[in-house]
Amino acid sequence: MHEETVYDALDQAHGGEGHWAFGTGFDDPLAGVDTTVPDGVDPADLGTYCLMLGDDALVLAPRLTRWVTRAPELEEEVALANVALDLLGQARLLLARAGSVGVLGRSRTLAGGTIPDEDALAYFRDPDEFRCAALVVAPNGDFAQTLVRLLAAATWRLALFSRLRDSRDPVLAAIAAKGVNELAYHRDHAGRWVLRLGDGTAESHRRAQAGVDAVWPLLADLFTATDVEARLTAAGVAVDPATVRDEVRAVLDEVLTRATLRLPDWPADVAPSGRLGRHGPELPALLGDLQGLARAHPEATW
Amino acid sequence: MTAAALDDVDLQAYFDATIAAGHRIEPRDWMPDGYRFGLIRQIAQHAHSEIIGMQPEGDWLLAAPSLRRKAILLAKVQDEAGHGMYLYSAAETLGADRADLTDKLIERRQKYSSIFNYPSLTYADVGVIGWLVDGAAICNQVPLCRSSYGPYARAMIRVCKEESFHQRQGYELLMTMMGGTDAQRAMVQDAVDRWWWPSLMMFGPPDDDSPNSAQSMAWGIKRHSNDELRQRYVDMSVPQAEFLGVTLPDPELSLDPETGHYRFGAIDWAEFQRVIGGHGPCNDERIARRRAARDDNAWVTEAATAYAEKYS
Repeated sequence: MHEETVYDALDQAHGGEGHWAFGTGFDDPLAGVDTTVPDGVDPADLGTYCLMLGDDALVLAPRLTRWVTRAPELEEEVALANVALDLLGQARLLLARAGSVGVLGRSRTLAGGTIPDEDALAYFRDPDEFRCAALVVAPNGDFAQTLVRLLAAATWRLALFSRLRDSRDPVLAAIAAKGVNELAYHRDHAGRWVLRLGDGTAESHRRAQAGVDAVWPLLADLFTATDVEARLTAAGVAVDPATVRDEVRAVLDEVLTRATLRLPDWPADVAPSGRLGRHGPELPALLGDLQGLARAHPEATW
Repeated sequence: MTAAALDDVDLQAYFDATIAAGHRIEPRDWMPDGYRFGLIRQIAQHAHSEIIGMQPEGDWLLAAPSLRRKAILLAKVQDEAGHGMYLYSAAETLGADRADLTDKLIERRQKYSSIFNYPSLTYADVGVIGWLVDGAAICNQVPLCRSSYGPYARAMIRVCKEESFHQRQGYELLMTMMGGTDAQRAMVQDAVDRWWWPSLMMFGPPDDDSPNSAQSMAWGIKRHSNDELRQRYVDMSVPQAEFLGVTLPDPELSLDPETGHYRFGAIDWAEFQRVIGGHGPCNDERIARRRAARDDNAWVTEAATAYAEKYS
């Protein structure tokens, strides 16, 4: 490295994409992908489904980010930041897809004209317009509960994305194809921690079991389709969530058993609530932190 | 003279010749204790600065006002953790232990850059930290790519590349904000007003009051004096501030036509001493965060160790 050159280009034009971290450039994230809505598919349904999958990632990412500067090891801060970055990338693509088919809700009336759709949707929707599951909204708890929740969420999402690679929507198929590699890593990383904690010390076992007991009830509404999912499944676009239940359960049972943890009763399926915009108080609290600055400056450019 | 003493003389001569020839000292080479412990102190202080430096910007990770800015910031804070890890590893090649260095940070027996004891109050601070703080760090660190100690020099090459990238991202955020609303422009100017003087302090005390500098220069673990680097930083930053459209908060700042360098006002060294001495706005908070990360999660590390022993 030459000392003289480090600064030289700073105040020159900064259009070169090579200057930016992966996924943080100015390119349209959906550039080059066919964004035509498949025949026979209601764009409103497709956009709503993208919000469901996008909001899960959008809300889980900051939960994981919370560990950066607070984790047991620096390596774990890097790892959880990586997982959060992957999820953030997935959320951006899915929200952009929802925007591209015109599903913007009230957000577009609040956000300034220069704000891209992904940000209008992330920052200018109210909690009742969010479609995320309770599993990702729940607070972190301790490190064990955080990793148990990540294991459950990654296992569920990987099962969905694996099937979505065959979606008739080419955008969803492309997002899923990219996401499965990421989610396989997330599941592996979380699974290894659950093994270490479950089969580590008496204290870590106690905490891991408490984490499992806290997270398991949140699985109850993951496997019942909303009307939107049912229609899109029939159209070959979405995955019926009921069809991933056995795979999710088998993976989680195996990890818990190997981790010497007690398997709680598998919760009975209940009707979806988060997917319909019904959330407890944790989501408004989180969104207050995430959205406050952007909402205070709706005409600003960042 | 005993044989052992004779060996030491030979080893010292070989070490001196290596330094004089501008070659690198490697971990298994003989080195004087002063060189070893001076380097551990310097590298640990640098590593601690990276780790503590994650906090002022990390405090904006949740509130980052666009998803793209959030991704950029998260990647940057993650890079800083990576820099800390490289640097702790470089210190370990000298016989130090990362956990012990972390304990010394938390017990305030080793220092970190005083700049990270200032709060980040608005999102413009994220941009200004990238432009000015990372910019000052680059001025300090690029010469260290030629450090006489091999592992440190090699770590610094990668660190500097990433820092340069962060600086561009910070400056680009500020350019964007300056092209935004009046409120955003005011935020940028306010952040520049708060960070400019502390950034000048990042180069350390003036040369006539820098106790470790002379020996470090002789050993090739420091390449330029504090005041030389500070002047270089000012000379680089003034045109950048003009291009950006902000005013640096120093009425005495002016170009000296004879030397070609910018003259600048007196730095408040009493403030520097206060902050480095533990009494800045955020010292307690920064250390408390790392202490909690270590103590509240000790059970995790114990579990991982127990599991590894069980299955090794």
